[in-house]
Amino acid sequence: MTTLQPQTVHGAMFDTNELVINMGPQHPSTHGVLRVVLRLDGEKVVDADVVMGYLHRGIEKLSENRNWTQIILLTDRMDYVAAATSNVGYCETVEKLLQIEVPRRARYVRTILCELQRIASHCLWVGTHAMDIGAMTVFLYAFRERELILDLFEEFCGARLTYNSMRIGGLPLDLPPGWDKKVLEFCKIMDGKLDEYETLLTHNRIWLERTKGVGVIGGPEATALGMCGPTLRGSGVARDVRKDEPYAAYDEMEFDVPIGTAGDTYDRYLVRMEEFRQSLRIIRQATEGLPEGPIVGKVPRLIKPAAGETYHAIESPKGELGYFIVADGKSTNPYRFRVRPPSFCNLQALPRLVRGHLVADVVALIGSIDIVLGEVDR
Amino acid sequence: MADDPQIPPAPPAATADTPAAPRPAPAAAKPAPAAGGEAHVPKASAPTGPPDPPPPADAVLPAFITSLQAAVPGSVSQVSYYLGDWTVIVPASHIIEAATYLRDAPEASFDYCSDLTATDWPPRAERFDVIYCLYSTRHRHRVRLKVKVAENQPLASVTGVWTAANWLEREVFDMFGVNFTGHPDRRRILMPDDWQGYPQRKDYPLEGPGELLMENPLDWLKLRQAREEADIE
Repeated sequence: MTTLQPQTVHGAMFDTNELVINMGPQHPSTHGVLRVVLRLDGEKVVDADVVMGYLHRGIEKLSENRNWTQIILLTDRMDYVAAATSNVGYCETVEKLLQIEVPRRARYVRTILCELQRIASHCLWVGTHAMDIGAMTVFLYAFRERELILDLFEEFCGARLTYNSMRIGGLPLDLPPGWDKKVLEFCKIMDGKLDEYETLLTHNRIWLERTKGVGVIGGPEATALGMCGPTLRGSGVARDVRKDEPYAAYDEMEFDVPIGTAGDTYDRYLVRMEEFRQSLRIIRQATEGLPEGPIVGKVPRLIKPAAGETYHAIESPKGELGYFIVADGKSTNPYRFRVRPPSFCNLQALPRLVRGHLVADVVALIGSIDIVLGEVDR
Repeated sequence: MADDPQIPPAPPAATADTPAAPRPAPAAAKPAPAAGGEAHVPKASAPTGPPDPPPPADAVLPAFITSLQAAVPGSVSQVSYYLGDWTVIVPASHIIEAATYLRDAPEASFDYCSDLTATDWPPRAERFDVIYCLYSTRHRHRVRLKVKVAENQPLASVTGVWTAANWLEREVFDMFGVNFTGHPDRRRILMPDDWQGYPQRKDYPLEGPGELLMENPLDWLKLRQAREEADIE
């Protein structure tokens, strides 16, 4: 930790020494194996250094040695609380390279799965974020609803966490009969539960004290820092890949992109709470207008895209999830496979956000930017 | 397998003791490297680079590319178009000027550096493509910049242009060993600080370093090739 040497502070009534402490990698509030080295002056954070890589599995390198279909399963392991969106992003990138058309029904189902996944991921976020700050109840409530979504996924593809739920060109299997009715039923349940969460948090005095004015960042600075997703929208930048560069069936859906004004932890919370509702709105539209038809496009037996490179981004629950893939046109595996992980880019803002705040706010801020270490480290 | 007997039987223990010693021998036994190929491991069929297809004749260059050509002379060495994406190939010497222009010019205003990564093409003399994926939150358009650099060739860091590049460049340095200059905090980011070698390079084995590779990746790779050939026979 060469950058974080403790320094003596002069000018106070007594000379005080700064203290360097480790937060993590075993700290429960770091949501995995994140280590934050904090330089403290009293209880105030002077500087922070983020150390990561404890979960680095070399997914990019591995993918360059697997064939195109095998990689889908590796993308599950990046953002393991939102595996379906990673699947969609990867499959769409390969479809772009292969220039194949995906049937409309498959695109609709992908949209439904992505939005269910967004709700599941936000449930996990609101639960852990609130628990980090001290509200235990929300955690239990949110996990109860997340369970319903995992059940829906289990019925669709048999897995509850790492779904492997897409194929290049479409879907592995059609929806089970009656699944869409269950989804609509879930939407009805979730509507009421969201009000429950908001009753517990939105006007709660303790919640307001802990989140308002904590980790304020302005729009231009957040953009330059490469922040993305709800974290960027909380700062008032209306950037949403679903709107700006529509994929799947988002161009046929009606929804709004909520943005914040203050750019603090509370606004990021409000943005995500509104995203719950917008996701439910998209799911209703997609489920009710679900077209009939094939679920897989015309995919060649041997997947071998022509030589070339492309970048394709989607909006994962955490932000812009991009894939940069280079095909060499000769082998059956990608020549270069690169993931632009939204959590990694959001985490880069953490030292900037925590500076000047208290140690307890670091916990709130890590929760607020919603990271998954599997994606940060890959 | 004509040259198989010539490969010295490099047992793991021997190489571990003297990591540098056996290196000249296999190099001599090997045929002379192809033009442009250095001491990297190149497979005979290794591709030498992406095709970078030129834009079709009827395609209109976006305004920001033409104005970049006019405003920063020499900053565009090639323009390529593939699957709806524009790529501008920029000489390494002009990257800061081109990046600053693209960020500030009103018709470009690429204020968001959404990704920064690299690709390794070992047979090529300038073996790395460093790729900048840019996005404009104002005009909602994208462009990719591409810079070709050789191993150890300095490449100016764009952290001053987009702060987002800080960690992304650290990752490229960590994984490829691209020599970024002027970076505020050039440390490894995903791998441990004392790691040897650059894992995303094509000559770095998938299985990981093993005890030998910690000293010199190439020895390990040659040993592996020799083992594989022995298996085939």
